[in-house]
Amino acid sequence: MSNIAKAFDHGKAFIGFVTGGDPSIESTKEFVIAMWNAGCDLIEIGVPFSDPIAEGPVIQAANLRSLAAGVTTDSLLDLVAELREGGISVPLVFLTYLNPVYHYGYEAFFAKAAESGLDGIIIPDLPFEEQHEVKPIASKYGIDIISLVAPTSEGRVKMIAARATGFVYLVSSMGVTGVRREITTDLASITGRVKAVTDMPVAVGFGVHTPGQARAVAESADGVIVGSAIVKMIEEHGAGATPHIADYVRKMKEAVSST
Amino acid sequence: MSNLQDGPRAKGRFGDFGGQYVPETLMSEIIRLDAEYERLRRDPTFGAELDRLLREYAGRPSLLYFAGKMTEDLGGAKVYLKREDMNHTGSHKINNVLGQALLAKRMGKTRIIAETGAGQHGVAAATAAALLGMECEVFMGKEDTERQALNVYRMELLGAKVRAVTTGTMTLKDAVNEAMREWASRAGDTHYLLGSVMGPHPFPTVVRDFQRVIGREARAQILEVEGRLPAAVIACVGGGSNAIGIFYDFIEDESVRLIGCEAAGEGVDTPRNAATVANGSLGVFHGMKSYFCQDEDGRIAPVYSISAGLDYPGIGPEHARLHEIGRAEYVPVTDEEAVDAFEYLSVSEGVIPAIESAHAVAYARKIVPRMKPDESVVICLSGRGDKDVAAIARYRGRGLSE
Repeated sequence: MSNIAKAFDHGKAFIGFVTGGDPSIESTKEFVIAMWNAGCDLIEIGVPFSDPIAEGPVIQAANLRSLAAGVTTDSLLDLVAELREGGISVPLVFLTYLNPVYHYGYEAFFAKAAESGLDGIIIPDLPFEEQHEVKPIASKYGIDIISLVAPTSEGRVKMIAARATGFVYLVSSMGVTGVRREITTDLASITGRVKAVTDMPVAVGFGVHTPGQARAVAESADGVIVGSAIVKMIEEHGAGATPHIADYVRKMKEAVSST
Repeated sequence: MSNLQDGPRAKGRFGDFGGQYVPETLMSEIIRLDAEYERLRRDPTFGAELDRLLREYAGRPSLLYFAGKMTEDLGGAKVYLKREDMNHTGSHKINNVLGQALLAKRMGKTRIIAETGAGQHGVAAATAAALLGMECEVFMGKEDTERQALNVYRMELLGAKVRAVTTGTMTLKDAVNEAMREWASRAGDTHYLLGSVMGPHPFPTVVRDFQRVIGREARAQILEVEGRLPAAVIACVGGGSNAIGIFYDFIEDESVRLIGCEAAGEGVDTPRNAATVANGSLGVFHGMKSYFCQDEDGRIAPVYSISAGLDYPGIGPEHARLHEIGRAEYVPVTDEEAVDAFEYLSVSEGVIPAIESAHAVAYARKIVPRMKPDESVVICLSGRGDKDVAAIARYRGRGLSE
């Protein structure tokens, strides 16, 4: 069983996201530990990229802050290793665009990722059809590639879900990441179609930020993913965001657990 | 995991280049676009409608002009200019926008979005939208909206909305990012009218097909006047749409050298250039596997050229393939060489070229003198230079008030 599966062992999962190195690697380490202590079941660490085309303004800005701080792919892999050495066992996945991984070299990247203790990777610009060049190598090193399903995936849902690893990332709404006032997609119906072909858990992201939304989403999904709302706190409070994030994670975990 | 191999593979590969590296939110839409394009390209009514617009509206065929004074001055091969600058809207961009806007309309779309650098593609897209009664929004880096203020107003005059992009480096690549984000949030009524032979499949193929009219005409025209094929075909390359357009029908003619001129800015050895083949490396970006200017961590590097139209950190995947197999050559041309050529063609032939096209003219000046008088070269004069006059004056230290 992959470490990621453990994230869904304690009822509905709450998954948090931070951009690695925003505002510094030290802060990211502190945020990750605080999120874990507050009940986060899985943590996504964003590898900053020059052109994050699936991100809304909040995470785009975090990418720029992190790049300006000089964060590299290696420094984030080192951070994962450091967290593992410190006994932080929470499942960790990277969110990165394909080019930094391709440029690093698939073999070298996944070998080092496995050695560091990374569990999985989400690559927004690697759709199902292009996974064949990456997945066998990731799989060899025991790293799960998380597949995404969108409201417009329609006939593609079955194909994607059938070969999913780790969990299925259901994108709640069209467009880019960022908080949304309401989510209009029929998530239960898509989740149902995923569940028909796989036992993999389904987690919903894009737009979710309030406990009420999280509770509603968790009615049908196995987990809820929040990025921009957390990154916004970091934008506002910088290195001092830890208590705000911890408080928020506790409330959100409580909300998803109450379903 | 080899069971993946029985799943569907992404289409649109040129060797290993190309592909469909886009978020899942866009996959259904580009698959639909691919299918619709495959259907319409075989539909004679679609072809007839496009041909009529190219003829009656864009002014095709464009002329193949014998540049007599340039030929005499250089003292080598005969020089011909393929006059895409004479098209409606002043560049080759009209060929692609008419094709894609018609395609979008047949798909039931009512709105088009486009990216633009210099503004040539944005103006062309706004023009096609006006003609076909579609809504149009053009994404343009904020820095470019300032460099090309006249084109911003021109697009607005044509009824388009111009959105200044303030993310990243605020230039062409960021305009593409923002257009992709917009398309991912609103594909139902909207077609992304990509302006070059780049992006995910089917764009590199669709745009090439709509641009290949340049080479098809040029090949017939040169055979008619010269009775033989040219020794070389020369074009500027940013993403590479005019270049692939003029190259394509010559690819099988192995005696014809195909030469793409990249923007070397202040020099390929300086940090300020946009010479992707010279300085870039393999990567995956904007939906395609190709060559890109990037740093040691795989982040896309800021690029520079005096020409906003060549100021792009990548190159279309079919060019990457032509480079890999050695069928086409890609050479760097600096700002200074391009500006010299801009002035040279203006004085010698009375033709003011776009600063992009001037890169091709500059390279021709280097190789033509070493060629034989019974040989010929065809330069793709992809656009007219009116838009660049103020910037060139500034480059030469002359301030102009309009």
